[in-house]
Amino acid sequence: MVEYDKLIFELSKEGRIGYSLPNSFASTYQFLDLNQDLLRTDSLLLPEVSELDVVRHYTNISRKNFGVETGFYPLGSCTMKYNPKINDEIASIQIFNRLHPSQPMSTVQGVLEIYDHLQEMLSEISGMHSFSLNPYAGAHGELTGLMIMKAYHESRGDYSRKKVIVPDSAHGTNPASTIVAGMEVVEIKSNSLGRIDLEALKQVLSNEIAGMMLTNPNTLGIFENDIIEITKLVHEAGGLMYYDGANLNALLGKVRPGDMGFDIMHINLHKTFSTPHGGGGPGSGPVGVCKKLSSFLPNPKVKKESNYYYIENEKDSIGQISSFFGNFKVWLRAYAYILSLGKEYLNLVGDFSTLNANYIKESLKEDYNLPIEGPCMHECVFDGLKDQSTGVRTLDVAKRLLDYNFHAPTIYFPLLFHQSIMIEPTETESKQTMDEFINVMKKIAKEAKDDPDLVKKAPHNTPIKRIDEVFAAKKMILTYKDYLEQNL
Amino acid sequence: MFKYFPHTIEDIEEMKNFLKINKIDDLFQDVPKEVLFQKEYNIPSHLSESELRRYFEKIASKNKELILFTGLGFYDHYEPAVINSLLSRQEFLTAYTPYQPEISQGTLQYIFEYQSMIQTLTGMDVSNASMYDGTTSTAEACFMAESITKRKTILISGTVHPSVIDVVRTYAKFKGLTVEIINEKSGITDLSHLQQLLGSHVAGVVVQKPNFFGIIESFEEVSKAVHEHGAILIENADISTLSVLKTPRLDGADIAVGDCQSLGMNVAYGGPTLGYLATLKPYVRKMPGRICGYSLDEEGRRAFVLTLQAREQHIRREKANSNICSNQSLMALYATIYLALLGPIGLKKANLLSYQGAHYLYDELIKTGKFKPYFNQPFFKEFVLETLIPYDMLQKACIDNGFLAGISLSNYDEKYQNLVTFAVTEKRQKSEIDELVSLVGGLSW
Repeated sequence: MVEYDKLIFELSKEGRIGYSLPNSFASTYQFLDLNQDLLRTDSLLLPEVSELDVVRHYTNISRKNFGVETGFYPLGSCTMKYNPKINDEIASIQIFNRLHPSQPMSTVQGVLEIYDHLQEMLSEISGMHSFSLNPYAGAHGELTGLMIMKAYHESRGDYSRKKVIVPDSAHGTNPASTIVAGMEVVEIKSNSLGRIDLEALKQVLSNEIAGMMLTNPNTLGIFENDIIEITKLVHEAGGLMYYDGANLNALLGKVRPGDMGFDIMHINLHKTFSTPHGGGGPGSGPVGVCKKLSSFLPNPKVKKESNYYYIENEKDSIGQISSFFGNFKVWLRAYAYILSLGKEYLNLVGDFSTLNANYIKESLKEDYNLPIEGPCMHECVFDGLKDQSTGVRTLDVAKRLLDYNFHAPTIYFPLLFHQSIMIEPTETESKQTMDEFINVMKKIAKEAKDDPDLVKKAPHNTPIKRIDEVFAAKKMILTYKDYLEQNL
Repeated sequence: MFKYFPHTIEDIEEMKNFLKINKIDDLFQDVPKEVLFQKEYNIPSHLSESELRRYFEKIASKNKELILFTGLGFYDHYEPAVINSLLSRQEFLTAYTPYQPEISQGTLQYIFEYQSMIQTLTGMDVSNASMYDGTTSTAEACFMAESITKRKTILISGTVHPSVIDVVRTYAKFKGLTVEIINEKSGITDLSHLQQLLGSHVAGVVVQKPNFFGIIESFEEVSKAVHEHGAILIENADISTLSVLKTPRLDGADIAVGDCQSLGMNVAYGGPTLGYLATLKPYVRKMPGRICGYSLDEEGRRAFVLTLQAREQHIRREKANSNICSNQSLMALYATIYLALLGPIGLKKANLLSYQGAHYLYDELIKTGKFKPYFNQPFFKEFVLETLIPYDMLQKACIDNGFLAGISLSNYDEKYQNLVTFAVTEKRQKSEIDELVSLVGGLSW
């Protein structure tokens, strides 16, 4: 079945339909009444297919995908934990799908209450003052948070603070978001342990620094043990501390970003709070701030007065960053997740995700280079195979894992190492699953010695083999129209 | 223990012994004692599955479902049952960005199909793999215009949805771009004001079709003026209506953007939806976001892969076009399946039915004598009228009778006193329209 390789357009046959629409009751009105110059005259390259054609087509192509429910998905930094079914069920409650953003507030008290409760819970869990649920994704949250950082300084009449310190180990979105927010990036090198070098930090601090972005644990899965000193130094220099919540999973129940001195943060609800990744979205990236920054949160906002919730735009706000309240049905799932675990179980997430990652790290260090010894947090990073003499690279190991029905870890990130393999098991994986993964990783290390070509030519059992990426970039066939024109 | 944690006491002991630790806390030795959180979160106790259901049933009942005669960017079009059934397949739902194309052909192929469908609807050359929503895709298009022209001023028509204007303003303010509003005149973009504002400093001009008032503007003169000054024309268009209306390409747009909510997505209190962004071939490397391309695997089989990634943040970091990291993938799948089901005929038919319903409602409301025409312009599925009924009375009557209709535009701008809007889609039955008309027609004060 995985051989299926049709495009939906190739199933098209004139006259087939896949829709069900009512009859017209006002056929006196026709597009012909409009000025013909306003109308489309060129043909529309959409397929004509039956409902079953559509269902079979997408079912068949779905079978060429790997999801969390297919198997272990240790994609580092992405927190591919199990996405509970009950949360999907709740997000599909009819009324939630039917509410319109323009409805009077009196008719949406339930969803406004959910917004307010969730932002309160996220504040408690992260030690912040308040949250906005409006940002659509992690990178969108970063951008929103950096806008708040800039707006804060400017509100005090300080226009000279335009530089944001970003460690060289940071996710690529950190420097990119800084630029989009109209600020400059000051990159600082990590020390040999992958941590912030305090001396390097001190050297870049000045009255031009707006703040610093940090993910803790960092992208090596290591906790910044100088965090108190770091936040103190940045604050003394007049800067704000931004917490990139990408790695928050390690800290649930253990450490709150607010308590470490962070002023602004975002949370990736699709990571830490288990909402499905959807093949790349929709996610949700709420932004939290300390008290003095709360008025800068994006509009619109949910407020409460004697048990009545209302929507308000505040003039100090950075403004609107989304069409309304963000990805409502995503944060609704996160709310259901928090209520399910409650205070009793939410605080075990950090423990189990960290225990799991350390178990994998210690189990693989004989076969893979472990550049940094000592405990890791929720993920661990290796720098390729220990035995590199056969020329088997990290990419090959990743591809070979696919043959064994595991998703590959994140590879070639962080950039600090040349052959990075970043493994994040999450707390929802059992010891058995991890043992199977560890055995396969060891087996691949052995294959790399005994039969390097077997690994270098992997994958062998997947629907397709390795792809010619140069062909894609050179030919630039980005649509079905391009495809037809190229006559392939 | 809890059902999402598979750790047995024995597992934990074995792992601890293997790691040579006494307690899990020993793994947190790098965390300074001062910041260790040693309390319980001040949040409610956990709920069992049935308790959770009951809680949500209760809180869901604190909302009121209304029959929607309102659009304002969120349209109540028909949602084919097939779509949510397919979207709930875990292979689509729980996967992530297709970093490993050998096991992500499902995602990559539907992105390719999505890009193809956006291409044909807009008439542009290329589409990216989708963005968050129509407001942010418009803001990203403004940044593209800046990057293409190296200029710093954006002009945006006063007939564009206020949320789009607000988001563009926010993004622009921080990026250091200037935004100026082109006056609205008789419900359309004021051409002479546009000509006054245009100059060699203008990077891009943003217009919308159908516009905020539901009016179908003609952009022939706008396009001429914009291009005479070397600026980029950005058209925000309701993607569904492009099956019937002239394409942004033929309108002269360099970048087409908008929201795909009108492709049968639930209004769902605003999200998720997705934003589309399409442009001409020369600007493809200025595009933000993921792009999927056709390729071959080692054995010559058709295969799809993320391509032109050198534009993106994970490679270019601070030199990237945009900070966007992923796409709104599952919603792109929604749009793709919707368009496959509706096809060229169904999509036009859904739009015709919406058009007919809206024009029928318009005429019936005028007949009541309680509303007056305001803009004398061609409209599509949404329109503006001047209400003679006091607004509070109109609103109360509609809500009490289960309708969301006649929303005041003064919520957006004080100059639009007494102007109210209505929208109709193919989901609205004649009986619902007649009931609404008879309700508001019967009001007296």
